Amino acid sequence: MSTSTPVQDFRETALPRVLRIDPLLLAATFGLVAASLYTVRRATLGDIPGDPNYFMYRQLVYVVVGLVLMFALSRFDYSRLREWKWGVYGFLIASILLVYALGFSARGSKRSIEFGFFNFQASELGKLLLVVALSAFVVDRLRRLGERETTSRVVLLALVPAMLVIAQPDLGSGLVYLAIVLAVLFVAGAPWTHFAALGGLAAAAIVIVLLAAPAVGVELLEDYQKDRLTAFLNPGENRSEEAYQINQSLTAIGAGGKTGRGDQSTQTELNFLPEHHTDFIFSVVGEEFGFVGAALVLSLFALLIWRALRILTMSKNFYGALVAGGITAMLMFQVFVNVGMTIGIMPITGIPLPLMSYGGSSVLTTLMAIGLLQSIYAQARETAAAKRL
Amino acid sequence: MYLDNERRPTLTPQLAFRVAIIGGVALVAFAVIFFRLWYLQVLSSDEYARAARGNQLREIKVQAPRGEIVDREGRVLVRNRVGLAVKVSPDGFPAGRAAREELYRRLGRLLDMRPARVRRRVEQQFDELPYSKATVKQDVDRSLMMHIGERRESFPGVEVEPVFLREYPHGEIGAHLFGYVGEVTEQQLDDPTFTDVELGDRVGKAGIEAEYDRFLRGRNGATRLRVDAFGEFRRTLRPVEAKQGKQLRLSLDLDVQRVGQQALAGGTGKGAFAVMDVRNGEVLALGSHPSFDPNLFAKVVRESDYRRLTSDETGAPLTNRAVSAGYPTGSTFKLITATAALEEGFITPDTPLNDGGSITVGGIEFKNAGGAVHGTLALRQALTVSSDVFFYLLGMDMNNSGRGNALQRWARRLGIGRETGIDLPEEGPGFVPSRAWRDRAHRQFERCKRRNGYSDVEIAAGTKCGFIDRGWSVGDNINLAVGQGDLQANPLQMAVAYATVANAAKSKDGRVQVLRPRLGQRIENSFGQAEQNLEAPTGRRVRIDPADAQAIMEGLHGAANGAGGTSTSVFEGFPIPIAGKTGTAEKGAGRADQSWYVALAPYPDPQYVVAVTDEAGGFGADTAAPMARLILSELFHVNEHSLVQGGGVPD
Repeated sequence: MSTSTPVQDFRETALPRVLRIDPLLLAATFGLVAASLYTVRRATLGDIPGDPNYFMYRQLVYVVVGLVLMFALSRFDYSRLREWKWGVYGFLIASILLVYALGFSARGSKRSIEFGFFNFQASELGKLLLVVALSAFVVDRLRRLGERETTSRVVLLALVPAMLVIAQPDLGSGLVYLAIVLAVLFVAGAPWTHFAALGGLAAAAIVIVLLAAPAVGVELLEDYQKDRLTAFLNPGENRSEEAYQINQSLTAIGAGGKTGRGDQSTQTELNFLPEHHTDFIFSVVGEEFGFVGAALVLSLFALLIWRALRILTMSKNFYGALVAGGITAMLMFQVFVNVGMTIGIMPITGIPLPLMSYGGSSVLTTLMAIGLLQSIYAQARETAAAKRL
Repeated sequence: MYLDNERRPTLTPQLAFRVAIIGGVALVAFAVIFFRLWYLQVLSSDEYARAARGNQLREIKVQAPRGEIVDREGRVLVRNRVGLAVKVSPDGFPAGRAAREELYRRLGRLLDMRPARVRRRVEQQFDELPYSKATVKQDVDRSLMMHIGERRESFPGVEVEPVFLREYPHGEIGAHLFGYVGEVTEQQLDDPTFTDVELGDRVGKAGIEAEYDRFLRGRNGATRLRVDAFGEFRRTLRPVEAKQGKQLRLSLDLDVQRVGQQALAGGTGKGAFAVMDVRNGEVLALGSHPSFDPNLFAKVVRESDYRRLTSDETGAPLTNRAVSAGYPTGSTFKLITATAALEEGFITPDTPLNDGGSITVGGIEFKNAGGAVHGTLALRQALTVSSDVFFYLLGMDMNNSGRGNALQRWARRLGIGRETGIDLPEEGPGFVPSRAWRDRAHRQFERCKRRNGYSDVEIAAGTKCGFIDRGWSVGDNINLAVGQGDLQANPLQMAVAYATVANAAKSKDGRVQVLRPRLGQRIENSFGQAEQNLEAPTGRRVRIDPADAQAIMEGLHGAANGAGGTSTSVFEGFPIPIAGKTGTAEKGAGRADQSWYVALAPYPDPQYVVAVTDEAGGFGADTAAPMARLILSELFHVNEHSLVQGGGVPD
């Protein structure tokens, strides 16, 4: 429940002073970035010869910048973002297109804009931008929520950037966008029939993409994407790179045992574990710190998600609730799909683990999203305090 | 704008319900993840930990040197030598097919091997042990190492490495005993005695090396490397030290062995001898001639060498005639005939029989050798002068007595026609002819002849139905009584039989063991300190009346020392009193007679038994007896080192 300061300190101003930040959410955030810094360091000790802290220091810079942005956003009334919805949406589409225009090719995919110090991955920030913009569109049509037209417009607005990033190809981010739009519609109260219809459409799309289109000679997904998506179903028999990654991840996590292998974490240290500081960082946690460490990190995520849902319910206005819902979905989807991937129950989709995975775009985006959650919390607390007067 | 939005109560029941659903989804997802983690990290952790270890560990075998083999004085008979082997390491090995073929061609030219052979060897070994080096050739010249070292880029992945090879400092001396080592076969790997042996290891293949392999082979060590996901070397882990095999001390006496082989070499070219301690079965020497240089087997034997070592023209030097050959033994067999006749009650030591020079049985005349006529004599004298007629009569009696196969039974009791149990895998049982055998073989011969209608010429040649063209007759038993005919025995078996009778003569009640000859004496550490004594299992027991045995011994003593003894002249002037028996085995068809001699010394309390045979040495006293004297002189340190002239006494 919302905490009230034990001593009501009335000032001359009309408003009482309230705690303008959610301490539990803050604790979860600090806990996760600390775990990230420690794990990234352990995972990359030998990656850059002579510079064991290379990745950790860079991650530290992202974290510090991200925390500054987080605090800044928490002091800002998120409600004003609603008015800038077209600007936000326009920026989202433009930045993704810019990646196409300027983006350079990394492993055959164009995903980022180079800024000297770091590569800006537009699709990462896009997750938050989409939450902000979609929530605003939904609030605008609040009275017509039951209409099919509303749902289809909102879905269409999300599909445009989702398809653009999937074509980059960044399937993971595209799927996050779709999770966001579903969550925003769900929280807004769109009718169940609409979700059923969307589910049917999704099933049809999957059938077309995976079965029908290839049958007539049109490949909508690249082979490697299909391999990634299906490798987790039978990693033992599959000879692909993805199956290898899943097997090595399972080996790392399993070998970690109850309390982890610490210095003996050969899966991580000897590079058997691919992408150990980015997409597969949870496997490093599992190997180095065992079940205890993995459970601790998961508990921090559980705390994070609980606080996000809590903030959703206390929002001073509907827009805040939708933004919180979108952010919650964005975090949940990424945590479950990423962790599920490392433990072999989800396909490899290239989704980072929020706050844990190394990478500026992801860290900054997630911390800004948490900043927005804090803003919603702070606004709600102030409004409640004002009402009490 | 929808200003009413600001006043709208935010937590409607519908929103609360939907948030609860989202929370529920999160809860289920977390639960699934936790259960999965529990399964991976707690329930299956061991399995994954093993997989992780296997991921990063590469073990490279380090060959353990085999134990050395020394004689009873500790003189080295078989040791290790460091040789150079050309190996191909999987690391630098070219990946492309064309590059590999080129490498095989270059190696083939350099090592004088066909490229296809090089390929077969390398690829087979890589299949079996993917991370270990494949050996292309053992024991190459040092200059080859230089050649390859200077042309590294032409020989990618090729390395010249030291390996342990067997070395036999005494060459042909004892060559038949040691056997050889070679790569373990897949069938052997299934054998429980080879549990700690891996494919590619070298194990004893024959002789002592095979018999005592479990002691001689060491325990391989391993260089353990940590590699990363790209197979790159990271660091060396604590290696497993290779452990040399145990040293094996044989009861063999190198000097006696050498003298024995030299003595045989002075004969007609093919022969064998055995020297055994009468008291405990320890074999002091066991030799076969012609011999070979076992150093040939230290590396891979050439096909041509192998043919030469096994072909009849060269006398098949690889054959150990002392244990695996089978010969008629001539008069040396009379000891067995005498024992059988005495113990079965056909005669007493003093029963007189008349030797009229010959007997005629079933229309066939059996004559004394050299046409001698010895007159009436008893057992001792019959042995001393080697009266054939005396033993013909015994053979005839035992055949006709209806008391079963008395002669055959005693031959087998004394160890003829069965393996002695010596610790050499190559031993053969030999053969004692019997009525049952010959009649059965003859029936087969007749059936074969009747059914197939071969021509008389074919039948006579024996190639179609064998040679057994008649059934058992008393003549066969008469022949056996003097060690002729179908009998097959080897010197070691004769040594065992003589030792048994000698021991019975010394015993109180005549209950004695038929000794199991033994070469392995004890297992030692590399400093020669005993770790385990190798004791022969107790042999079979027989009972020979000590008085009977003593009478035989006296007869044998007379044969070597007494007046008219068949080998008295050979042992003239020899300071050690002995008991000994000559033998001359007729081999028929114009082939030279085989010369035999079995000696027990010193008389009357023998310590050693010496059995010698020369396949074409003529009379026993001609060649075998002088050879035995030479061996005895070494055993008793009598200073004489050349063959004395043979006596030429017919037996």
